[in-house]
Amino acid sequence: MGAHGPAKGLTRWLTTTNHKDIGSMYLWFSFAMFLLGGSFAMIIRAELFQPGLQIVEPEFFNQMTTMHGLVMVFGAIMPAFVGLANWMIPMMIGAPDMALPRMNNWSFWILPPTFLLLASTLFMEGGGPNFGWTFYAPLSTTYAPPSVTFFIFAVHAMGISSIMGSINIIATVVNMRAPGMTYMKMPMFVWTWLITAFLLVAVMPVLAGAVTMMLMDIHFGTSFFSAAGGGDPVLFQHVFWFFGHPEVYIIILPAFGVVSEVIPTFSRKPLFGYASMVYATASIAFLSFIVWAHHMYTVGLPIAGELFFMYATMLIAVPTAAKVFNWITTMFKGSITLETPMLFAIAKVFLFTVGGFSGLMLAIAPADFQYHDSYFVVAHFHYTMVAGAIFALSSAVYYWLPKWTGKMYNETMGKVHFWVSFIGFNLTFFPQHFVGLAGMPRRIPDYNLMFADFNMMSSIGAFIYGSSQLLFLFNIVRTITHGKPVNDDKVWDGATTLEWTVPSPAPYHTFSTPPEVK
Amino acid sequence: MYQQAKRLYKLALCPVLMLLSLLSTGAWATEGNPQRWQTNMTPGVTEVGAKIYDLHMFVFWVCVVVGIIVFGVMFYSVFAYRKERHEEPATFHENTKLEIAWTVVPFLLLIVMAVPATSTLIEIYDTDDAELDVLITGYQWKWKYEYINPEGDNVSFFSNLLTDKAEIGNTEAKGSNYLIEVDEPLVIPVDTKVRFLVTANDVLHAWWVPALAVKRDAIPGFINEAWTKPTETGVYRGQCAELCGRDHGFMPIVVNVVEEPEYKAWMATKQAEAAEIKKLMAQTFSMDELVERGKGIYNRSCMACHGANGEGGVGKPIANSPIATGEVTAHIDVLVNGVPGSAMQAFGGQLNDVDLAAVVTYTRNAFGNNMGDKVQPIDVYNFKKGQ
Repeated sequence: MGAHGPAKGLTRWLTTTNHKDIGSMYLWFSFAMFLLGGSFAMIIRAELFQPGLQIVEPEFFNQMTTMHGLVMVFGAIMPAFVGLANWMIPMMIGAPDMALPRMNNWSFWILPPTFLLLASTLFMEGGGPNFGWTFYAPLSTTYAPPSVTFFIFAVHAMGISSIMGSINIIATVVNMRAPGMTYMKMPMFVWTWLITAFLLVAVMPVLAGAVTMMLMDIHFGTSFFSAAGGGDPVLFQHVFWFFGHPEVYIIILPAFGVVSEVIPTFSRKPLFGYASMVYATASIAFLSFIVWAHHMYTVGLPIAGELFFMYATMLIAVPTAAKVFNWITTMFKGSITLETPMLFAIAKVFLFTVGGFSGLMLAIAPADFQYHDSYFVVAHFHYTMVAGAIFALSSAVYYWLPKWTGKMYNETMGKVHFWVSFIGFNLTFFPQHFVGLAGMPRRIPDYNLMFADFNMMSSIGAFIYGSSQLLFLFNIVRTITHGKPVNDDKVWDGATTLEWTVPSPAPYHTFSTPPEVK
Repeated sequence: MYQQAKRLYKLALCPVLMLLSLLSTGAWATEGNPQRWQTNMTPGVTEVGAKIYDLHMFVFWVCVVVGIIVFGVMFYSVFAYRKERHEEPATFHENTKLEIAWTVVPFLLLIVMAVPATSTLIEIYDTDDAELDVLITGYQWKWKYEYINPEGDNVSFFSNLLTDKAEIGNTEAKGSNYLIEVDEPLVIPVDTKVRFLVTANDVLHAWWVPALAVKRDAIPGFINEAWTKPTETGVYRGQCAELCGRDHGFMPIVVNVVEEPEYKAWMATKQAEAAEIKKLMAQTFSMDELVERGKGIYNRSCMACHGANGEGGVGKPIANSPIATGEVTAHIDVLVNGVPGSAMQAFGGQLNDVDLAAVVTYTRNAFGNNMGDKVQPIDVYNFKKGQ
């Protein structure tokens, strides 16, 4: 392979500027964070297995819910998609590497120390962040444990990493497409990531602003979020959700991109409505900026504001529904096989749509006065985040693992992983709709006996779902060490994108001379 | 193949039937309070609650119908167009008319949903013409209710979790109102429009009673409005809905909706109690009286943090503490104003002067502390006035 192979030993990973190496590191890092965030979830579900306090104190329980959210969102899902972007975008657009390789190295290497810092807050005096992943002031300012300063620093560092990563993606997609690869010929995964990158560049600084104001309030006597000094605690929520709502699309859009690759491949039929898919993605991105206050229906917004945010939020159903219809019509009259990536992709479409339905219900402001901050919300966003994003990530890993390693994963084990995940996931989160509607608030360590049955179900489901991920890990490691080499570089007969035109495993450097795209 | 499909179909039907049976039995909530195996929202005991419930069910059924169509096509495709049955895939990849149709139809459906949603929302926001105003203040971790009385003194009291620590710690059997019971519920009259003015003393809280269809964030420094008009008497339970720190799960809400005469009688007793306290404030108490009263207050308000024997816990120990064995004024100051930046709250607004005097006296003369001095209500009163 070329003149420049990878360096040897640890320095290869520390100093690498190769998009494949960095992509792999992102993926492994995110998997480690997925297991860490997952173990926090296991502690939460173990405590909620039965009414009464058994395992942890309420104070620690709050740290677990907070850290679970932070680690999963910022440590697992986001870096996993950046890892996929690193690996796949250059290969999909026929580029030799990312546009800014040194910055690429740095944006990854910021993450491990950042999360080490964040995790270390759990061992500090007063404990780690305990104010929820949404860190509403003044619980996160005046009433926060001292470790909040480290949390703020960690959020800043994550933000820098994300902004650099997304600038890199924008620069790569805009400048490094192979000749003939026009924008409207780019694979959907590249499109969704391009739009996601713009979202990230737009909102990560807003998050940085929110935590900076917190820092000022805590240490420098300002009162941004304190009414006593002329500020407003609700201001925090506006700023946070102006970041936070686009953030959930930052998580879900690349997942849409993945299934838009996987479904056509295994249906052996081109993606239905490519152009409308692009426009739908762009409209979702635009709408994501004008719906933030639907997270705040009960804070006492004026009715005109409440109505505006309700209508705008309901509108999101239109482009999202169009995407679901497109995927299904892609399958319609295709020639479908159900390998593991396809199973995960179909389940993602199915379960994400269920999450979309509950999302539509939550958009209805009057009804939200009953749903808000109940377990119904917890069920809703896990249907979109776990089934929507994590299932898409599993699909992507099984889909591209043979391309990355040149070896085939164990299909039976993959299918077992899928079915156990699918059952475990639904057993965990479906009953949460019920307890939420029956009146169980979220983020509580203990509950009334009436909620006990569904909570026990939910915990059992969580243990099943959690342990199925160990099987996933085992399958990946086993593929790398003992997998059978793939018969064909193309691996999947229905695949059409550029990455399948290079050998499997993909050589360290691909497309040193750009391919011709017709 | 057909057999296999039939088996699969039966398998898939099982959970659906289970769900339907759940929904059709008692699980379909009709009462205001959570029921075992409850799967749905309560319509509650107010007109607005019923409208919210109808709206919720309407959107739910629209989703179910859309879901059946969409998932129907999806699973049909997965079944019918499997490679072994459908070797040659079709090649179509766009259809402008179809794409316009599935953009326009959802949009129209949304308009149909938005109309009733808008009218219900307008109703929720109509807080005018209330017959009774109650100021609700969230504290870490209890609620304070204050009845605004335009012609006299307001009546106010705190509402604390009643559940025994032993039940939470699993050493005693849990009662049916485990974690949703309080020492003193909010009492309101039936068929009366009650306006709630919701605020908080420290962090954010949210006052939520599903049966009354009220959920409002309690925000320190701001006052939110909400209202309810229950049409049935009864005891309705809810919980704090906004994460507010350690005991967020332990600050329930209980509302007792009673007939008008019963409400009036209750209000009269509360006013008499308040008058009694006012009288007590002017009295001088003996050591024994103060200690006895102080012990009760300590066990209710201080013990959770400072321990049954003053040994400390979340809070500092009281036995041998430099504050409880130090200067009296400084001791009163800590109780009245709290210690900023620590878990010690300001009790000046939470306890009356009699209770404050009693608990200061008690802690100076218990747990091995032996100061021998007394604090009278007038001392606390003068301290508050002087600061």
